[in-house]
Amino acid sequence: MLQIITEYKVLDAFWMTIQLTVLSALGSLLLGTFVAILRVSPVRIFQWAGAAYVNLVRNTPLTLIVFFCFFCLYQLIGWHIAPTTARSNVHTFQWAVVGLSIYHAAFVAEAIRSGVNTVPVGQAEAARAIGLTFSQSLGDVILPQAFRGAIAPLGNTMIALTKNTTVASTIGVAEASSAMKTAVEFSSDVLYSIFFVMATGFVILTLPMGIAFTHFSRKLAVQR
Amino acid sequence: MSAQSVLFDAPGPRAQRINAVVGIVGGLIILALLVAIIYGLRDQLTADKWAPFLEADTWIYYVYPGLWMTLQAAVISVLLATVLGLVLGLGRLSHNPVISWVTAVFVEFFRSVPVLMMMLFAYYFSMFVLRLPGDFLPIFGVIVGLTLYNSCVLAELIRAGVHGLPKGQREAGLAIGLTQAQTLRSILLPQAIAAMLPSLVSQLVVILKDTALGYLITYPDLIRSLQNLSAGKGNLVVAFIVAALIFILINFSLTSFARWLERKLAGRRAGGKAVALTQLPIDPDPDEPMYGDSDKYEDPASYTR
Repeated sequence: MLQIITEYKVLDAFWMTIQLTVLSALGSLLLGTFVAILRVSPVRIFQWAGAAYVNLVRNTPLTLIVFFCFFCLYQLIGWHIAPTTARSNVHTFQWAVVGLSIYHAAFVAEAIRSGVNTVPVGQAEAARAIGLTFSQSLGDVILPQAFRGAIAPLGNTMIALTKNTTVASTIGVAEASSAMKTAVEFSSDVLYSIFFVMATGFVILTLPMGIAFTHFSRKLAVQR
Repeated sequence: MSAQSVLFDAPGPRAQRINAVVGIVGGLIILALLVAIIYGLRDQLTADKWAPFLEADTWIYYVYPGLWMTLQAAVISVLLATVLGLVLGLGRLSHNPVISWVTAVFVEFFRSVPVLMMMLFAYYFSMFVLRLPGDFLPIFGVIVGLTLYNSCVLAELIRAGVHGLPKGQREAGLAIGLTQAQTLRSILLPQAIAAMLPSLVSQLVVILKDTALGYLITYPDLIRSLQNLSAGKGNLVVAFIVAALIFILINFSLTSFARWLERKLAGRRAGGKAVALTQLPIDPDPDEPMYGDSDKYEDPASYTR
C-alpha cells in the first residue's frame, strides 16, 4: 500500500483534490449567495434570473459544464484567467475550478434559499410589531436564523463538491481519480489495493466534513 | 413565495417605484452579460454551425444513439439500485446488530466514494478480473458504478423514511400482535416507500446526469457522440448547447413530475402525516436528497438497534 502511495504520487493527487475543493467551494459560495439574493429579492426580474440560473445549471451534467468551460471557452475561444504565458496545467486547473463553481453555485443558492424558508413568517411580523426597522429585522432576526437553517444543506453541497472534483480528471487535471487511472493501468495486479487507498482518501476527506456539519447544524439549530 | 413575506414587507408606492427602477437597471445588466457571452461565442454560433442539427442524419446517427445509451444506462442503474437499495435499507433496519452494522459500514463507505472512482474500479475490474469482451467494459463500469452509489443513497432514504414515520405506527403494529418483521413489512415499509417515491424520481435525475461520467471510461453517451459529431463539423459549442438542452428538458420534466407526486402524496394523507411529508423537501438538492431529515438518519441510537 505504501508503495502505491509513493509510486503514483497519491498524496500529490489528493493535494490537488483539496485545492480544487477549497477554491471551488469559495467560488460556488460567492456565486451561489449572489444567485440566492437574486432569488429572494423583491424585484421580479431578479427572481426570474435567479430561478433560470438554478434550473438550467442544476439539470445539466457537471461533466458537460466542465467540458464547455474547458473545450469551448478556453480552447476554442481562447478566454483565459491566468496570463497566456502560464503553463497549460494552470489554465486547465483554473477552468476546472470555474466549472465546478458554476455548477455547485446552483446548489448553494438552493441551500441558502431553503434556509430562508425555514424562518417562520411570525418572526418577521414579531420583529415589525416591536418596532424594529427593516434593516434591524433582517440583520438581527431573520438572517441569523436563515444561516443556521442553511448549514445542513450547505454541508451536503460541500461534501458533494469534494466528490465531484473527480470530474476535473476528464479535462486532464491530475487529481485523485486520474492518479487512480494511471495506477491501475500500470499495476493492474493490485487493483483492489489501489481502489481501497483512493476510496479511503475520500472517506478521510468527507467523513470529518459530514460530522462537523451535522454537529454545527444541530448545535446551532433554532429551537422552535 | 413565503420567502418574500419573511424578508420584505408588501411594497408601498415608493418601494414599488424603487423596485421598478432597480429591476430595469439590473435587468439591463443581466442582459448585457448575456450579450457579452453570446458576443464572445459569436464565431461559434453562426448559422452553418447549427445546420447539422437540421439534417435528419445527425439525429439518426449521433443524437438518438447517444441519448439511447444514456437512457439505457440510467434506467438499468435505477432499477438495480432500487433492488439493492431495498436490501441494504432493510439490512440497516435489521434488529440483528451484525447485519445492521455491516450494512451501515458498507453504505457509509460507498456513499463517500465518488461515483467516478467506482466506475473506474468496475471498469478495470471487468477488464482485468472478469475479462469481459471489450464492448461490455464501458457499460459494465457505468452501470455498476451508478448502482453501487445510488443503492446506498436509496438505502439511506428508506431508513430515513421508516424513521420519519410517526412512532405510533410501529407501536400500534406491535400492540395488535404483529412481530417486528411483520410490522416492518406490512405497516412501516409501504408508508416509507410511498413517502420516498418523489425522492426516487429525483434520484433518477442524479443518475441521468451521472451517466455523463462514463465519458472517462469511453462509454458512448450523448455527450461523447455529440463530441464525435462536432469533430467532423467543427461545431463543438452548438453540439454542447444541444446536449445541455436535451438534458435540461428531460431532467426538468422529471423534477416537475417529482414535485407533482410529492404534492399528490401529501394531499392524500390526513392531518399530521401531510405535515411530516411537506417537511421532508425533495426538491432543493438532488445530489443529496435527504438532508431534510439529517437529524433523523444521523441518530446514533439507530445504528445499534
